[in-house]
Parts: sequence; C-alpha cells; structure tokens
Amino acid sequence: MDVVMLSRLQFAAATMFHFLFVPLTLGLSVLVAYMETQYVRTGDETYLRMTKFWGKLFLINFALGVVTGITLEFQFGTNWSRYSVYMGDIFGSLLAIEATLAFFLESTFIGVWIFGWKKLSKKAHAIVMWVVAAAGNISAVWILLANGWMQHPVGYTIRNGRAELTDFLAVVTNKFGLLEIAHMIPSAFVLAAFFIMGISAWHLLKKQHIEIFTRSFNIGLVVGLVSSLVVALTGDLHAVHVTETQPAKLAAMESHWETQAQAPIFLVALPDEKNERNKIEIGRLPGLLSFLGHHDVNATVTGLKDIPKDERPPVLLTFLSFRTMVALGTLFPLLTIIGFMVRKNLLESRWYLWTMLLAIPLPYLAIEFGWVLAEVGRQPWIVYGLLKTSDAVSPIATSQVMTSLVGFILVYGLLGITGFFLMAKAVVEGPKLEASNA
Amino acid sequence: MELQTVWFFIWGLLWAIFFMTDGFDFGIGTLYPFLGKSERDKNVMIHAVGPLWDGNEVWLITAAGVTFAAFPIVYAVMFSSLYSALMLILFALILRGVSFEFRNQVDNPTWKKVWDTCIFVGSFLPAFLFGVAFGNIFQGIPIDQNGVYHGTLLTLLNPYGLLTGVLFVCLFIVHGALWLLIKSDGDLAERTEKLVGVLWLVLTGVAVVFLGASYVFTPLWKNYFVTPILFLVPVISVTAIFGIKYFLTKQAFFKAWVASALTIVSCTFFGIIGLFPNMFPSSIDAEYSLTAFNASSSPLTLKIILIVALLFVPIIIAYQAWAYKLFSGTVTDEDLAHDESY
Ligand code: HDD
Ligand code: HEM
Ligand code: HEM
Repeated sequence: MDVVMLSRLQFAAATMFHFLFVPLTLGLSVLVAYMETQYVRTGDETYLRMTKFWGKLFLINFALGVVTGITLEFQFGTNWSRYSVYMGDIFGSLLAIEATLAFFLESTFIGVWIFGWKKLSKKAHAIVMWVVAAAGNISAVWILLANGWMQHPVGYTIRNGRAELTDFLAVVTNKFGLLEIAHMIPSAFVLAAFFIMGISAWHLLKKQHIEIFTRSFNIGLVVGLVSSLVVALTGDLHAVHVTETQPAKLAAMESHWETQAQAPIFLVALPDEKNERNKIEIGRLPGLLSFLGHHDVNATVTGLKDIPKDERPPVLLTFLSFRTMVALGTLFPLLTIIGFMVRKNLLESRWYLWTMLLAIPLPYLAIEFGWVLAEVGRQPWIVYGLLKTSDAVSPIATSQVMTSLVGFILVYGLLGITGFFLMAKAVVEGPKLEASNA
Repeated sequence: MELQTVWFFIWGLLWAIFFMTDGFDFGIGTLYPFLGKSERDKNVMIHAVGPLWDGNEVWLITAAGVTFAAFPIVYAVMFSSLYSALMLILFALILRGVSFEFRNQVDNPTWKKVWDTCIFVGSFLPAFLFGVAFGNIFQGIPIDQNGVYHGTLLTLLNPYGLLTGVLFVCLFIVHGALWLLIKSDGDLAERTEKLVGVLWLVLTGVAVVFLGASYVFTPLWKNYFVTPILFLVPVISVTAIFGIKYFLTKQAFFKAWVASALTIVSCTFFGIIGLFPNMFPSSIDAEYSLTAFNASSSPLTLKIILIVALLFVPIIIAYQAWAYKLFSGTVTDEDLAHDESY
C-alpha cells in the first residue's frame, strides 16, 4: 500500500473513532444540563440523581472525545501537508476559530463542573453545564463549516497555487455546511435519546430505580421523536443540494448509471462497478430518484456513465452507506411513535423495552454511515472539484505511516475496549441511592 | 508592523502560554511516581491538575490551529517533517488524558498501576519531545526547497536537541513541584519542598549550559547583537530563575510559582525572538527556510483571525483565571472524597 492509501485509512480510522464519542457529547450534554436545571428549579432529588448518573457516563465519553480530537487536529499537517498548504488559508482559520470560540470554553468549564459541586452555588453549577453543552455544539458548527467547504468550496480564489479567502461571509453561510449542521446536530440528539432510552430500558426490564428511569425514558422519547423527524427532513433537503453540487455522489448513492428523466429508485439493488450496471434491480419506483434529487418526478438525473471514470467515487460503499442510513432514519421515528403508544404501561411492554435496549447501536451505525457517505462519496476529491486526495498527501515515508497506523489501531482498540467496559460498569452499578452532594 | 510580524509574536505567545500552563501538569505527572508514595499523595497530585489540565491543553490545540491558519506552509512542513515525534507526543497525550479520568474508576491495584504508569509516560514524554523539537527548530532542520524532510526521528536526537529536551523537563518539573507545594500539605509538601531545592540547582545548571550551547550550535543570539535592547529577555529569564530561589527561601510558594511561570515564558521568547523571522529554518540552505513572510496566509485571513483573537483571547484568559482562582486552595480531604471528580 502507498502513502495515500495508508493515510486515508489512518484518517478514516481516526475520524470514525472520534465520531463514536462526539455525538453523545453533543446530545447528552444538553440533556444533563436540562436535568440539572430541573433539579435546581424543583429541588427534586430524583433529578439530581439523574444528573449524576448520566453525568458520569457523559464524562467517560467526553474524555475519549477530547483525546481523540487532538490527533485529528494534527493530522492535517502530518499526513495531508499538501492539502494544508492548498487550503490552510480558509480551512485553517475555521479550525483556529473553533478552538478559540469553543474548545477553551468546553474544556475549562467541564473541569469546573466536575470539581466544582461544592465550590459553586447550585444555580451556578447548572449554568456551567449549559456552557459546556453550548460550547460543544458551537465547536460542531465550525468544524462542519470547514467540512462543508471541502464538500463545496465557496468564497475563494486560486492565487499562488492555493485557495485564498476572498469572502468570509460566503464561507460561513455556505449552504452545504449549513445543511450539514442542520442534519448532523439533530442526529446527535437522536443518538443521545436512543442511548438514554436503551439504558433506561435495561433498568426498567430489571424493575429497578423505576422513578429515575421512567423519567429519563420519557425525556428520551420526546427528544428522540422531534430530532429524528428533523433529521429525516434535513436529510431530504441535503440530498437535493448534493444533487446540485456533487452529481457524482448522488449517482453513486443510488447506484444510478444511465442519465435519464423520471429516474427510478429500486427497493433492492446491487451495484456492479466493473460492468457499469446493477446486478440486481427489484421493486422499481419510477420517478422517485428524480423527486429525491430535484423534488420533481420528471427531472433528469445524471448517471454515473456520464461522469469520467477517474472522477467516480467507490459506488458500492457509498450506495450501501446511504441505504443503511435512510433505512435507519425511517425506523427511528417509528420506534419513538410506538414508544408514545405504550408509554402508559411501559413496564409491562417488555418486548418494546428489549427492542429499545438492542437499538442502542443503531444511531451509531447511521451516523458513521452518514459520514462514510459524505466522505467516501466525495472521492476522488479531497476538496470537491479543486484538489484530488492523491495530490494532497504529505511527502513522507510509507514506513512512518505504517507504524503510526499500527499505533493508532492498538491504542484506539485498547481505549475503545476500556471505555466500553467503564461505561458498562457505570450502567450496571446504576444511580447512587442517596444523592447528597457527595 | 506587518500583520505577519504581529502573528509571528502571537504564535510565540501561544506556545509560551501552553508551556506555562500545561507545563506544571507535565511536571507533576513526571514527579508523580517519585513523590506519590501513598494513595492519598497520588490523589492529591491528580487533584492538583485535575480541574485545569484540559483547559491548559487547549493552548496547544490553539497554537497548532494558529500555525495552520496564519502560516499554513509552516504547519504543513513542520508537522510532516516531525511526523514520528509528533505521533509519539499525541499518543502520550492521549494516555495522559484518559488516565486521570480512568484511574479511580476501578478499585484494583493492577488497574491503578497501569494508569499510574500512563500518567508518568504521558507527562514526561511530551515535555521532553517538545523540547527536542524546539531545539531542532532553533538549530535548523534538514528540509529541501520543496519542504521535504531529509532525516529520521533519530536525526532529531542530536546533542543540542537532547539538551533542549532536558531543559524543558527541568523547567516543567520545577514548575510542577511549585504548583504542588501550593496545593498540598503535610508530609507530601515537606518532601516536595526538599526536592524542589535540588531541582532548582539542576535547572539553573542546565539553563546556563543551554544559553552557552545556543551560542555554539544555533544562530539564536544573532538578533540580540543586532538589537541589544533585546538582551532584556534573557536577563529576565535569569532574574526570574533567581526569583524562584528567593521566594522559595521566604516560603512564598505562589510567588515562586509566578517566577517560574515568568522563567518559562521568557525562555520561550528567548528562542522565538532569536528565530525571527524564521519559523522553520532549513539547515541545508537558508534559502529554503520558512519565514513569517514567505509562509503566511493571505492578508484577509490574517485580519479575520486577528479580530477573533483580539476579541476572544482576553475573554479566555479571564475565565481561565476565574477557574484557577476557584481551585486555588490546598486539596482537602473533603475534595478527595468527592465522587465524580477522578
Ligand atoms: C459535529 C461535530 C464534530 C466533528 C465533525 C468533529 N469534532 Fe472534534 N470534537 C467535537 C465535535 C466534532 C466536540 C463535541 O466538540 C468534542 C468531542 C468531545 C469534546 O470534548 O469535544 C470534540 C473534541 C475535539 C478536540 C479536543 C478539544 C478539547 O480538548 O476540548 C479536537 C482538537 C477536535 N475535536 C478536532 C476535530 C477535528 C480536527 C475534526 C475533523 C476532522 C473533528 N474534531 C471532527
Ligand atoms: C467535519 C470534519 C471533518 C473533516 C474536516 C474531514 C476531513 C477529511 C479529510 C482531510 C480526509 C482525508 C482525505 C480523503 O480521503 O478525502 C477525510 C477522509 C475521510 N473521513 Fe473525514 N472529515 C471530517 C469528519 C469526518 C467524520 C466525522 C467521519 C466519520 C465518522 C469521517 C470519515 C471519513 C472517512 C471514512 C474518510 C476516508 C474516505 C476515503 O479516503 O475514502 N470524516 N476526511
Ligand atoms: C431519514 C433519512 C435520511 C436522509 C434522506 C439522509 C440524507 C443524507 C444525505 C443526502 C447525506 C449526504 C451529505 C453529504 O454528501 O455530505 C447525509 C449525511 C449524513 N447523515 Fe443522513 N440522512 C438520513 C438519516 C440519517 C440518520 C438517521 C442519521 C443519524 C442518526 C444520519 C446521519 C448523517 C451524518 C452524520 C451525515 C454526514 C454529515 C452530513 O453531511 O451532515 N442521517 N444524510
């Protein structure tokens, strides 16, 4: 394998691992802040115990999110140095702004929250958690704008062999980035809601801590329903914009080969990249792809055959990622709606509690597939239409990247196992009996 | 002053603040196996850095982010040239970060031992490697006209690079020991106070050797002879080092810590000023060196991030100072009994 392939693998492994923790941080921080606020408002100790229980899981997750983020920040320089030279003028500034606006707030205030129970008033302590939650989401906004620029560059000119900023406002109002924000942040709330519901379901199945976990489950239901509807809605808008800006990605997402009007979607399909066709096509839904891409059943959709071979993304992976994400995206609102129907006798609906427990990994899958779709579907471009991934890599020795990749796999593997073990342990131990500010 | 010059010094300032803040975390982590005799000692040491290390580490992220934003070519060439050293630093920082959080989650001696080791490695290694990296930058790095690095990890481990590594470790352990003196009491504080006297002597010795070696191995002093007023900076360093000793003998630990912070900041600036306008000098040919002027972003980008920095850095400093103040007293048994804090 060459440096490009190894660097891609390493970057993919590092971002995907980082993203196992990020969405829970984004969603759960807000929910913990809400629980603590309820405690301050009502003085009800149950809310305090909830805050502490979910807060502990939040902190384990948060620590892993922080340490895996730092490696990403460095990897643009270590592995993608030509990319950094090419787009540092724009991308670098967004990243630096993210650090100044968000990371400082988040990291400073989380320390205050953890160690400050006794040193601050109840109210101030709850406010600190809101600051942490806001900072996490602000950081997401900036990094997604940076990613949005790579997907659809705007507000720049090519000068001195690199992209230079000409219009900052255009960069921060880039529709691609805004859609990513509108789709990604709610998807983090879907994940956090399912996380809370699944773990609550486990305790409810064992009939323990019923008050705490019924309440938690209900919070999860409301958040889960609203956010999963928003995710589906903005996902749809996103698809329309992708059709406009990245026709190759759309064609690959749907494994669509021939340019045609009233383009169909097949319920079941399997791409055959070598022969430029689909091996299997079952359940033709005429015009649906045109509708998905253009909100018009008669519109013409560009097929992969009309895109030069060396500008096509890997079709199978892009296609499967999109399919899985959308299938799960349809499932999530359904699951929460059922939840509202059985809510009155939740404890007796054991099949439903089991389902929700087993559903915990699903939003993780959907989120990871969403990113694979966005990033792999952008290939062979690293900056869409401007810079190819193969021209972006650092001039370094293969052996170096090989060594660091092995290091990443080892260290991240161990971290993942440890993190999972600690979370499971905290879940099984359950909330503390007395909630006194110990 | 040109925007590039302004950014060059902000860049230096960010590194200086990072070394000044996270430096004591590294120092305490390095001293951890030597001073942490009992379980209580260890927990006091962890609590001394626990609420603050994460916020301190963000100065590193910002220093890297600003290098990327203001000097993308430096960021690209520096980070890819120092690939292996940086990867080691990153892995070490990962271990340090999680070990504070994970160590006390399971009550088992082997488990604790593993994370204790990670705290030490994760603190010592970055301290040393940052020193090695900066030492090599001061000397010049074998990069060609395309910014391609001609060397390996071992190339960096030359005498001057190693000396700078040792200097950084000494600066940080003195800094850390002083912070620990503020945060601890009883037996731990007594042992720390004894140790700090010895460490101070070692630091002073290493610092003198470093200043001399810089004259032999690097062009750092050149700018000083051109503009003699700049000699003030190394003079401040030396004064601050003696300030540490002075306040130590008066048992004014916080003042001693401030003197140590000043030592670190002025030492960093000694190097940064000596480098100017170079940021990543080539040892193959001075023509290939990356400077603040040939490696910067466009004026528009520099302006925008300058506005962001001028608006937000004072705010950051204000709330970080508030957090420091909140956690300024000695670590008490009540603090240690606390359950979510690690
Ligand atoms: C949509 C959100 C999102 C995305 C796409 C990314 N991150 Fe992230 N990142 C976060 C959302 C986030 C966060 C929620 O703000 C984290 C997770 C846990 C935390 O503490 O903050 C974080 C932590 C985090 C940190 C540590 C900050 C600290 O010490 O507090 C760094 C340096 C990065 N990230 C950098 C990156 C880079 C370079 C990315 C691109 C490849 C990236 N993140 C993708
Ligand atoms: C928003 C911040 C992100 C930025 C700036 C970003 C940037 C990049 C860069 C520079 C590469 C390497 C070059 C390339 O292969 O095209 C890449 C590849 C990749 N990223 Fe992202 N990424 C981001 C978020 C994510 C997330 C959150 C995930 C997954 C959870 C992800 C998954 C991937 C994958 C799978 C690849 C490899 C694609 C391939 O090479 O085929 N990315 N991204
Ligand atoms: C309900 C149907 C859904 C549709 C129609 C949809 C649509 C899309 C589209 C078109 C993209 C590609 C954007 C790009 O190329 O950059 C995308 C990306 C993504 N999706 Fe979905 N999605 C759906 C559900 C979900 C769900 C349920 C989740 C997670 C819980 C999710 C998480 C993501 C993520 C993380 C990305 C990458 C980041 C981004 O571009 O926003 N999606 N989605």
